Amino acid sequence: MEKKIGLYICKGCGIADAVDVDKLVKNVKKMPVCKTHDVLCSAEGLQMIKGDMTSEGVNTMVIAACSPRVKFAEFDFPGSLVERANIREFVAWTLEAKSAQAQSAAEDYINMGIVKAQKADVPQPNVLADLNSTILVIGGGIAGMNAALAGANAGQKVVLVEKDAQLGGFVNKLYKKIPTASVFQEPLIVDTEIEKTVKDVEGNGNIKVYKSTTVAKTDGQPGLYDVTLSNGEQLKIGAIVMATGWKPYDATKLGHLGYGLSKNVVTNIELEEIAKKNNGKIVRPSDGKEATKVAFVQCAGQRDPNHLPYCSGMCCASSLKQAKYVRANKDAVAMVFYKDIRTPGRTELYYKEAQNDPGVMLSKADVTGVSDAGNGNLYVEMENTLFGTKTGEKVKVEADLVVLATGMVPTTRGPQEYLDGLTKAAGGGDDSKKAYLEQTPKPDYILNLGYRQGPEIPSLEGAAGFADSNFICFQYETRRTGIYAAGSVHQPMNMAEAIEDGQGAAFKAIQAMDHVARGVAVHPRAWDMTYPDPLLIKCTACKRCTEECPFGAIDEDEKGIPKYNINRCRRCGTCMGACPERIVSFKDYSVDIVGSMLKAIDVPDDEDETRVVCLVCENDSYPALDTAAINRKQLHPGVRFVSMRCLGGMNLVWVADALSKGIDGMLLLGCKYGENYQCHFVKGSELANTRFSKVSETLNRLQLESERVGLMQIAINEYDKLPEMINDFVEKVKEFGPNPFKSM
Amino acid sequence: MAENKVLVVGGGFSGLTAAVEAAETGAEVILVEKNPYLGGRVTQLNKYFWKMCPPNCGLEIQYKRIKNNGKVTIYTLAQVEKISGSEGNFEVTIKTTPRFVNDKCTACNKCAEVCPVERSNDFDFGMSKTKAAYLAHSQAFPAQYVIDGKVCKGSSCGACVKACPYGAIDLGMKAETITVKVGAVVTATGWNPYDATKMDNLGFGRVQNVVTNMMMERLAAPNGPTQGKIVRPSDGKEVKNIAFVQCAGSRDENHLPFCSYICCLASLKQATYVREQYGDSKVKVFYIDIRTPGLYENRFYAKLQQDANVSFLKGKVAKIEQGENGDVKVTAEDIHGGGKVTESFDMVVLATGMEPTAKSLSGAGIKATWDGFVDQAALPKGVYAAGTVKAPVDVARTAQDATAAVMKSIQSLRRN
Repeated sequence: MEKKIGLYICKGCGIADAVDVDKLVKNVKKMPVCKTHDVLCSAEGLQMIKGDMTSEGVNTMVIAACSPRVKFAEFDFPGSLVERANIREFVAWTLEAKSAQAQSAAEDYINMGIVKAQKADVPQPNVLADLNSTILVIGGGIAGMNAALAGANAGQKVVLVEKDAQLGGFVNKLYKKIPTASVFQEPLIVDTEIEKTVKDVEGNGNIKVYKSTTVAKTDGQPGLYDVTLSNGEQLKIGAIVMATGWKPYDATKLGHLGYGLSKNVVTNIELEEIAKKNNGKIVRPSDGKEATKVAFVQCAGQRDPNHLPYCSGMCCASSLKQAKYVRANKDAVAMVFYKDIRTPGRTELYYKEAQNDPGVMLSKADVTGVSDAGNGNLYVEMENTLFGTKTGEKVKVEADLVVLATGMVPTTRGPQEYLDGLTKAAGGGDDSKKAYLEQTPKPDYILNLGYRQGPEIPSLEGAAGFADSNFICFQYETRRTGIYAAGSVHQPMNMAEAIEDGQGAAFKAIQAMDHVARGVAVHPRAWDMTYPDPLLIKCTACKRCTEECPFGAIDEDEKGIPKYNINRCRRCGTCMGACPERIVSFKDYSVDIVGSMLKAIDVPDDEDETRVVCLVCENDSYPALDTAAINRKQLHPGVRFVSMRCLGGMNLVWVADALSKGIDGMLLLGCKYGENYQCHFVKGSELANTRFSKVSETLNRLQLESERVGLMQIAINEYDKLPEMINDFVEKVKEFGPNPFKSM
Repeated sequence: MAENKVLVVGGGFSGLTAAVEAAETGAEVILVEKNPYLGGRVTQLNKYFWKMCPPNCGLEIQYKRIKNNGKVTIYTLAQVEKISGSEGNFEVTIKTTPRFVNDKCTACNKCAEVCPVERSNDFDFGMSKTKAAYLAHSQAFPAQYVIDGKVCKGSSCGACVKACPYGAIDLGMKAETITVKVGAVVTATGWNPYDATKMDNLGFGRVQNVVTNMMMERLAAPNGPTQGKIVRPSDGKEVKNIAFVQCAGSRDENHLPFCSYICCLASLKQATYVREQYGDSKVKVFYIDIRTPGLYENRFYAKLQQDANVSFLKGKVAKIEQGENGDVKVTAEDIHGGGKVTESFDMVVLATGMEPTAKSLSGAGIKATWDGFVDQAALPKGVYAAGTVKAPVDVARTAQDATAAVMKSIQSLRRN
């Protein structure tokens, strides 16, 4: 398509008060069509543009007006390329009106917009051939079965793979359950009815069930997975729900709480098995006698940095339910020793009911040990109780059965720990890696991905082995596109929550398949039709893109040449930033486009005029800048903001592009990184910072101070601090004196 | 043939999640929100617990997804009046109240500059004022001003009409009734803070410097009434000695019978705000149980327990009274130590709970349970509930729940 660019400059919202618009028209790059309008977003303004599209054949627009975050629908011309130059927020609202600096900033923003419009192209969706839309659900427990049913009832084909000989997972072990219906009312203890769900799954024509089966290999990408099962069968799969659940924490590590001391110290899961086997009667393992004094020790190996640092969330309500098993015998008593009773939400009603039962004794206590009391009975030893004793005084309570409320360990934890150990060992050289492989028992993998970055969902710092997303707002964002975790492998949760989570994950799987079928990315750039298109003939097989891709989208062939799996890609541009050969480009986002924009900034000869380029993350920092503008905070007039999809796309060549032209400094504004990172693409700002640490080489070559470049972490609500932070940086750059490349 | 449309009632965190996810999977979405802006309760929060990240970060992504997607029709200042029909073919009546500002608005602020009338700012729970013509907050979406019809002097003034260069103000705008056809409905009307004046012994509204946890969020927020400086309302004094009163209304048959899920974590988060702002500050939390269930939440609690300036006292607060010079006197039982304790603080935060909003949907034929949530068993086929109108949960669980509700809606569209 022959490009015809129209430049449209708005005069409204104070723009014409801040800059001389006629002078702008005269000074910026000449375009075939260039018009101004009092209110460009008005019906008349938009009609002017549409008129030019029809009569002049304008098909590419540079809109010099407000921020691209507003008036989106107005300036959306489907099929055309639209570039927004933000001269309202970045100039009219934040720089001194009618100053030479405001004028020059507006010129720079328009020229950058023009350069981008000249270099960019309208994206075309890249839809891969032979896409499949079958959902694979791994794990046939409560979350997995509900995921399968949800997908099937939306008309999708589903394959459900369960490693055990029957479906049902942990619920099979339960005697009764806490109601999963929404209304909390009597009875507060009901049959699990797991057989009903199993029957629904097995009788559903859209679901194919494999039992006693695991996944041996997963190759490919969303829409095009080739999955090999342990029975050798090969399946074409579109997206995956991972619902492999949890294991109880290893109770043999709880010797201090009496586990192993006596048969009459059991876990909460073992108690369910006892109740189930004896049709509700609670008998003790040592002699089969009915237990009439049962002690529950809450948080057994939980909320404990030596065991599980987290709270599994479901054990308090489970113990209260089990107390009701005990209380089916009216002569029996149940004693619950807790740190805090955690019955959040409406499960509080369990607690209230237990409090009203004189046969249930509840006390806050720090249980310090369990010891033999003879005749198979046990003493539960504790301090800091509510028995009217002084703080610190020890108390001993006799029980004929002790139940340890152990927590949930996700099935992903074993593989993650093994793989993290392997990475660490490999860092110590070949011998260390070999020793690790020989000495460490290999865990059961779940996905067995044939990905360059490893066979499983990567571990997340602080998530203790769970396949969590790290995002409060976006619960299903695993770092493997098209693979969604659900249930207790995702986070510790109860049955009611696991049902919802399974349904939610199935939905995300359907959505991912829908997007690849339309050739658009998935969250967060869920509209984006562009994709990385590397010029591989120039690739040097340095592997940086394959290693740094946050989503493991890029594999390698035998020669180390990257293979881009577009359907795994989230379009952040980290590969573009990583590539030293600058060969990775998107239709509207490339090293050349951004570099050319930087070169379009006018660098005045006047040595007192500092110019600093600021590359800004569009997700958080850019809105923060806009917000500073809405509050009419003044920004430094020597700074030019350039929007990035993510700072992970920052290519070091831009430092040379800018500084060799006489720009005095470069500042990156990105998201908070570290354990609780806020980057929507995992590590963007952190990667950019790492790259910057290597920038001194480039700067030394130019004989410039490395402190001329810097990175600041900004949250979206820190707009109040932003102007000062930027000013401080510019002042620091000024101290080095003007860039000697100015006027060269 | 079913309408390939989903109606989402409520544009807060749940409703927004449901709307965006449904739209990105090919459904047309109609999103009805009673406020003049989207984002709901979480827009008023300074940060989310445990991660201490700002809610607008996630909301910004949702707004961007809506803008780029183009399939979500938004009605702000709107409520659903009636739902009739059946799964696949519902007819829904929506009633809007006038904004008096049309979509020609560019958010230039000229109307607010000239507006002569001030109003109490409900976004800040009355702790600040705006003009009658105002933008709800500086990251509001849609970025469109609104005129408060209750205080605006109307055409007798008309200053804003004259000042607006864009013809964006229409003081004659009338309430409208709109009828739409949809295939499925997600109700996500969320929660309101429980009315703290109902707890007579806790002194709210009577004793100076007793605030609710939602007010505390505004006091800590950079876009709040004090630009994020935590000072007490009566005299602007820096808050160096603060108490949090847990279960203010929650877990109480006379008020809210359930546990509101979020208040323990909210207080721990707010304790962090104070500790970060004032190095020499002291925090005391009066609690029954500290409930921080989950993967990260307990470590968040454990970390705060390490802070020598933060103390926890197990015991219910019996009464709150005015002390000297604006201070607040708290009397509580001390379960461990026995007896009662009385202590004085600069400011007291009541950890008030969630009042569910299911009753607001009764006109539309949605039944509420005895404790005020949507009665899911009584929902018509094709109508679903998501988030805190269904049960008290935190934001993360809401995200899961809302996604599950979209799954069910898509099933409704596809099976009819």
